[in-house]
Amino acid sequence: MNLAAAANENLANTSNVLIYSAMAVYTLAFIAYIAEWVFGSRSKVSRTSAALAGSTTGAQRASTVTVRVAEKGGGTAVLERPKVVTRSVAGTRDVPDGPGASGGTEKGDLYGRIAVSLTVLAALLHVGGVLSRALSVERAPWGNMYEFSITLSMVAVVAYVVLLACGKNVRWIGLPLVTTALLDLGLAVSVLYTSSDQLVPALDSYWLWIHVSCAIISGAVLYLGAVATALFLFRDRYETKLENPEGKQPSSFAASVMERLPSAATLDKFAYRINATVFPLWTFTLIAGAIWAEKAWGRYWGWDPKEVWTFITWVAYACYLHARATAGWKGRKAAYLALIAFACFLFNYYGVNIFVTGKHSYAGV
Amino acid sequence: MATTDTDADADAENKTADTASDDQPSGTGQASAEDQPSDTDQPSAEAQPGSVKDQRKAKVDAEAAELGAAGTQLSTAPVEGQAVPGSFGGMRAPGVLGALAWTGREVFGWLRWCWRQLTSMRVALLLLLLLSLGAIPGSLIPQSGVDPVKVEAFKAQHERLTPLYEKLGMFHVYSSVWFSAIYILLFVSLIGCIVPRTWQFVGQLRSRPPAAPRRLTRLPAYTTWRTEAEPEQVLAAARKVLRGRRFRTHVAGDAVAAEKGYLREVGNLLFHIALIVVLVAFAVGQLWKSEGGKLITEGDQDGFTNSLTQYDDFKSGAFFDKDNLEPFGFSLDSFDARYERSGSQRGTAREFRAHVKYWQGADGKEKKTSIEVNEPLEIAGNKVYLLSTGYAPVVTVRDGKGDIAYKGAVPFLQQDPNLTSSGVIKVPDYRDKNGKKEQLGFQGFFVPTWGGADAHTMFSQFPAPDNPVLFLTAYHGRLGIDGGLAQNVYQLKTDNMKQFKNPDGKAFAQKLLPGETMTLPNGAGSLEFDGIKTWASFQISHQPGNELALSGAVAALIGLAGSLFIQRRRVWVRAVPGKDGQTVVEMAGLGRSESAKLPEELADLAVALQADAPAEPEPEPESESTDPAEGARA
Ligand code: HEM
Repeated sequence: MNLAAAANENLANTSNVLIYSAMAVYTLAFIAYIAEWVFGSRSKVSRTSAALAGSTTGAQRASTVTVRVAEKGGGTAVLERPKVVTRSVAGTRDVPDGPGASGGTEKGDLYGRIAVSLTVLAALLHVGGVLSRALSVERAPWGNMYEFSITLSMVAVVAYVVLLACGKNVRWIGLPLVTTALLDLGLAVSVLYTSSDQLVPALDSYWLWIHVSCAIISGAVLYLGAVATALFLFRDRYETKLENPEGKQPSSFAASVMERLPSAATLDKFAYRINATVFPLWTFTLIAGAIWAEKAWGRYWGWDPKEVWTFITWVAYACYLHARATAGWKGRKAAYLALIAFACFLFNYYGVNIFVTGKHSYAGV
Repeated sequence: MATTDTDADADAENKTADTASDDQPSGTGQASAEDQPSDTDQPSAEAQPGSVKDQRKAKVDAEAAELGAAGTQLSTAPVEGQAVPGSFGGMRAPGVLGALAWTGREVFGWLRWCWRQLTSMRVALLLLLLLSLGAIPGSLIPQSGVDPVKVEAFKAQHERLTPLYEKLGMFHVYSSVWFSAIYILLFVSLIGCIVPRTWQFVGQLRSRPPAAPRRLTRLPAYTTWRTEAEPEQVLAAARKVLRGRRFRTHVAGDAVAAEKGYLREVGNLLFHIALIVVLVAFAVGQLWKSEGGKLITEGDQDGFTNSLTQYDDFKSGAFFDKDNLEPFGFSLDSFDARYERSGSQRGTAREFRAHVKYWQGADGKEKKTSIEVNEPLEIAGNKVYLLSTGYAPVVTVRDGKGDIAYKGAVPFLQQDPNLTSSGVIKVPDYRDKNGKKEQLGFQGFFVPTWGGADAHTMFSQFPAPDNPVLFLTAYHGRLGIDGGLAQNVYQLKTDNMKQFKNPDGKAFAQKLLPGETMTLPNGAGSLEFDGIKTWASFQISHQPGNELALSGAVAALIGLAGSLFIQRRRVWVRAVPGKDGQTVVEMAGLGRSESAKLPEELADLAVALQADAPAEPEPEPESESTDPAEGARA
């Protein structure tokens, strides 16, 4: 074995160690998120039910917007006024967002912060693992399902960290996200593992970088959207129950969890924004795949199973976007469509690679 | 507005008609003359006991009504829920003429109703759903257009299902009647949707942003302050500020109405139109395409010339003109293949490169180039792709008299990843030792890396020719190629042939290393294994419409980005004299429910406006429920 190969071997081992370390830290983060949920008791005032049952005006939200203006000197000043009063649009419930998993308690919040810090650390290790893998194979780290998987969960976690860093209120995704990142990595290292290697000629093209990286980013971010959609469905049911005090009321456990989540309207909007932002990227993934297919196989579209499922996923998300603009389909029905669309993505990724053979079946399962 | 309830949408739509034609700047109360419902702040508190849902609906209706024209037409989405089925003919006049007129009205009414249904968002959604559902079976059941061999295997395995599947077109889903019906309906619906939306959008561009609703506090983002500046000054300044930010503005009564983000609609229309372009391009490609395969052996001087007879197999679209193939050709000089030598992926191909000479057109000057898997050769509107590779053992066959009966390279086809290949050598011109005309056929395997006698396997150990071996058995008799019927060159029909036997009666077979000779029993001749050549198979395809499809796709992408990332929103600024002589400025914004940035944008606008209309300190704190504008007017 020559020197370069030995170096690559070393890097590949480093990558594996980093991935295992990331998994260990994700586990710690998982425990911390659980602690946040457990110790963040239910907030004293049940804001949701108050908002729903009490004031039907409910209209004006206290949230105000302050504006930063750049001063001539270069500094910024925060103007106290004007205060902008926001108010939800007719037809949606006017419910404030829950306080988050910590329930507004200090102890819960402490665990939450620990969890976020651990997530960031794990994400760094994870990124290191993927990068060293890429260096060891001297190419993009997505030539087989193992690499695809570790990159996918990496992007999802990094997207989450970036959203947090931008000051978005998304800590509530932490627990489901870290759980699935762990599952994904576990599956990757145990079932899908492939020792690092070069590519078969058909995959050796710069379109690999473009097409596959877009697919991974789309999938990872759509996953965040799907989590928000699923939570929306739960939270929406919860709010519906509260709205109707005579009907069946949520159990105290469900209430404790749901109470702390953002309002259904917020979750729905969040999911929509994610899906709507990623949809053009997914469209581009489809187009880039077609261009690559044209280069490699002489036709841009050949109804290969992978192509078909990419198309189905695309149409399913278009359905979702349409549903939101169609009376009678907004809300829950649109949310179900979004979940179906994400299920299509998952099937395209796991199902088609494993169960269906086609031109794309050199993924090295 | 896209976010309100069906009924609200519907009557809001009806109202626009009035307000749009009514160019009069409407005063505070005027725009909402139709907005009869409750004047209180708490419409649903007054609603009589009913289900929560009723109350909510009542509230929604009241609020939508209150927004009036201001909230309508924030998109060009079609209005839902209007088309009511029923009798369209109305009264039927007596007599034949009456019946005819009635039938005419009825038929026309139904046609219009169907058209409305087909072009509604609901049906478009349904068709989209059907399209994705309909695409599924084709990905799970083998398709004859993709892999005919697999289809045959499937049919053999599922005898009960096959007739049903065949009836449903399950083996060619994407060209089946029902799948075509779905997408054709979808695209008819799409066209039926684009055309009216385009006109509607042009109308919106020509008209002005709708006047301010009576109560700006009802809008999703709202702010207010008092200033010393005169109302007229404030409105003029507001217009300037809004125009500076590329809003379309217009003064109506005591308020400025402004709107921005029309590009969203442009993007949306562009996207939907581009989808049609892509579909057309796809259809053109399918109808005028041609695609054929050709296997060429290294060093074969004849190579390939683009005419129908030269193809090993050829497919083309319905409108392709087979008699007018572009003149070009190519031949294979040499072929480089590199395989992974170590690790778990040992034997996996790492590089394939075909070095070719090609010519084109009448002058036919030869040029050299190379073709790789992802890098086809483009000639005369055709593309030549490298598909696969394999080995062709070079043999010399001598007849019973010792004359050369055949000499050449014979391509063997790959059987496994390590290129264990099988093949057939046919020798039609042969005479036995008595000079009698006969034919010979050899059948066997070529193994590029034989594991040696100890390996106990005939299969190849590695795809590169490290230890090449040819195993053959031989037949004599009639090959059956004279009958005029096309015959597979890779198969030997042994019906009319006899296998050569060893003296012990067992089939004659031999393992040959390069340079070795196999001598047939009883002086029937010999076969010498001279060496190995590589072959490569190519796909020559001509697919028009690629550029059109690509342009359509790019346009769709641009349109989509515009449609999803640009927010269409409205801003109103009202300035009225207050009780205390100061001016009350109110600003409000309305966007689609998803727009997150609206409050910030409104605040930014307010800050900009305060340069000309500085805020005065609030007077004594008023009670919370008081509507400031209400107070101002009182
Ligand atoms: C065939 C009939 C179709 C109709 C009547 C239709 C109608 C519409 C309308 C009215 C909108 C704007 C919604 C709004 O502004 O709120 C829209 C948006 C959109 N349409 Fe279509 N469309 C059709 C077909 C398609 C097809 C075939 C696709 C692609 C798969 C598609 C993809 C989209 C997308 C992605 C949006 C953006 C959604 C948004 O703004 O939230 N449409 N469509």
